Amino acid sequence: MSLNRRNILTGAAAAASVGMLPRVAMGADSVKLGSILDTSGIFDAYGTPMDMAMRLAVNEINAAGGLLGRQVEVVAYDTQSDMALYTQYGQRLTRQDQVDVVHGGILSASREAIRQTMRKTRTLYFYNVLYEGGVCDRNIFINGVTPAQQVEALVPYAMGKSGKAVYILAADYNYGQITARWIQKFVADNGGHAVGVDFFPLDVSDFGSTIAKIQTVGPDLVIAPLVGGAHLSFFRQWAAAGMKDRIPLASTTMGVGNEHKVLTPEEGNGIMVAYNYSQELDTPANNAFKERWSAAYGDSSLIHEIAVSNYQGVMTWAEAVRQAGSLDREAVIASLEAGLSIDGPAGTVTVDPKTHHAVLDVHIMEIEDQGMRVIETLPQRQPIDTQAVCDLQANPDDNTQYEIQI
Amino acid sequence: MDLYVVVLVEVLYGVASLILISAGLSIVFGMIKVINLAHGEFMMIGGYATITAVNLGMNVFVAMLVIAPAVVGLVGLVVERLVIRHLYGRLVDTMLATWGLSLFFIGLATMIFGNTTTGISTPIPGFAIGDYQVNGYNFFIIVVAALLLVAMLSVLKGTRAGLVARGTMQGPDMAAALGYSPDRIYMATFFCGSALSGLAGAILAPLVGLVPTSGGAYIAKAFITVIAGGPSLVAGLLSSASLFGVVHQAFTFATSPVIGEVALLVAAVVLLRILPQGVTGTFFKGKT
Repeated sequence: MSLNRRNILTGAAAAASVGMLPRVAMGADSVKLGSILDTSGIFDAYGTPMDMAMRLAVNEINAAGGLLGRQVEVVAYDTQSDMALYTQYGQRLTRQDQVDVVHGGILSASREAIRQTMRKTRTLYFYNVLYEGGVCDRNIFINGVTPAQQVEALVPYAMGKSGKAVYILAADYNYGQITARWIQKFVADNGGHAVGVDFFPLDVSDFGSTIAKIQTVGPDLVIAPLVGGAHLSFFRQWAAAGMKDRIPLASTTMGVGNEHKVLTPEEGNGIMVAYNYSQELDTPANNAFKERWSAAYGDSSLIHEIAVSNYQGVMTWAEAVRQAGSLDREAVIASLEAGLSIDGPAGTVTVDPKTHHAVLDVHIMEIEDQGMRVIETLPQRQPIDTQAVCDLQANPDDNTQYEIQI
Repeated sequence: MDLYVVVLVEVLYGVASLILISAGLSIVFGMIKVINLAHGEFMMIGGYATITAVNLGMNVFVAMLVIAPAVVGLVGLVVERLVIRHLYGRLVDTMLATWGLSLFFIGLATMIFGNTTTGISTPIPGFAIGDYQVNGYNFFIIVVAALLLVAMLSVLKGTRAGLVARGTMQGPDMAAALGYSPDRIYMATFFCGSALSGLAGAILAPLVGLVPTSGGAYIAKAFITVIAGGPSLVAGLLSSASLFGVVHQAFTFATSPVIGEVALLVAAVVLLRILPQGVTGTFFKGKT
């Protein structure tokens, strides 16, 4: 056969139509789960394990017979840590692929980029990440911890181990600002006071003068909601100055993306944190989860807080579809709002009907030899920050992210 | 009293780190007029070279002071032969080409090391000044920066190679007429500049969490320091780094790190408005 343009075009058309066929055939009777995550670019340390967790969950659902007798098909897009791509892929998921549910978004900015698209096209949306709280929208379900769940548990423990004067170092964007306000509130509620609050742009990596400044104030405790690679320098420089054994340190972010595995034990040991998940959580559910993850991917060291949140998000949705017996958005929302709960690797996760946030276990932990040792488990914490401003039962048309006033 | 000592150490450290960050760039930009936008990435490569060497069991000081400058110097050599040498005298083109290089190096580092934060801990323990704990590593950085300035000055002023290099920068045609190949001298100068960038990246590596995009954090400060320094290499570097280091640390102490960064930039804008040729364009004229 001689290669001329006509032959190539015919061949290409044939190949394209063959490529299309299985998809059309599958689309007819499979349930479509849309996933939108940064699996490359600067946030891939967060996104890649989330993607792995989502696929693990879907494989388990399919192995158990699928949903409503149909297989679940993943339609996933990599947003490459580029906020502009969220808008684009969000549109494609809802209008072209017409998926039954969307799980995804990592940074708050990415969530806000697609939330309204999901709402307008009536596509159920799950955001499975620890975040600053306050989103009130009937179309979205959120199952990461919010500052109140986390800080309310962490502050009394950390103050109990140190003292009443607290210095706060936070990342300078909405997450850090809002979390710092919550820390101030809970410090005051526990009879202490914030002796200093400093905010750092995300690219600040030199904390020498800050460390000296903290010493002039002489707090009993430092709480650091710092975010990203540059801010990791703080923990390193704090240890290098020999401060680690002088003033105890707590954080609301250290370890969410497994950052504690980058610090040496000398740098990380003793930092106090509070999350929904820890790899060191010694429960049958978590041990079984880690075994399934290892069987699928060979090594369970990548699992982190928000990967588990994503897994639990997919499982919550699947359970709601089963209970509703339908993929209809209203039916699924109704079964979620009935206070549905699942048992995930990090414990029981219950949907709060009023806010569409999650009631979940929070574990107080200390970093120890690059792991998180669980000190205390606080079962079933309510998302009280969002509950204070949001009531979707009374006001189902609400569509705002509330800034929490303290 | 102790506080003043601590503040003094921090200010000296601020000045020293600016000198380190800018030294390689000041040679490449100041001497051969190449706007090296990949300067930050050269530092990043120096950092990764150090961390890799340390993870392979090498002594951290050998890794920082020998391996990293050698690796980055060689990278610079390859870059000079393949790209930069075709672009001498074309200021804007070097900017475009090195910007491309910086993207290339970020991509390459991401492929090799992954897009996650890595690092090593500081090799020198902290110690106490009165009631205060300070980072012992700061002293190491101050000493290295001081030695670096002395070394640059003595090479440029005291050796034949330095004389030839300076002569070539002033009049390549004349240097060529006297039997020196400007091509070779540019190459050697670019090698030295790259090696110094690598050294800076290596020495700062234990203080930060390193990611492939880390270089971006240094590039602006490096350019500001070099341009504000003006035509003299060592005197310019020292004067602008001292000015900006003091302004930055003073405002950081008095207010917050954000204001510290803003103050540095405001100082740079004001300085360049008053002294468009840089500090050494007006003062210390004729010094190296």
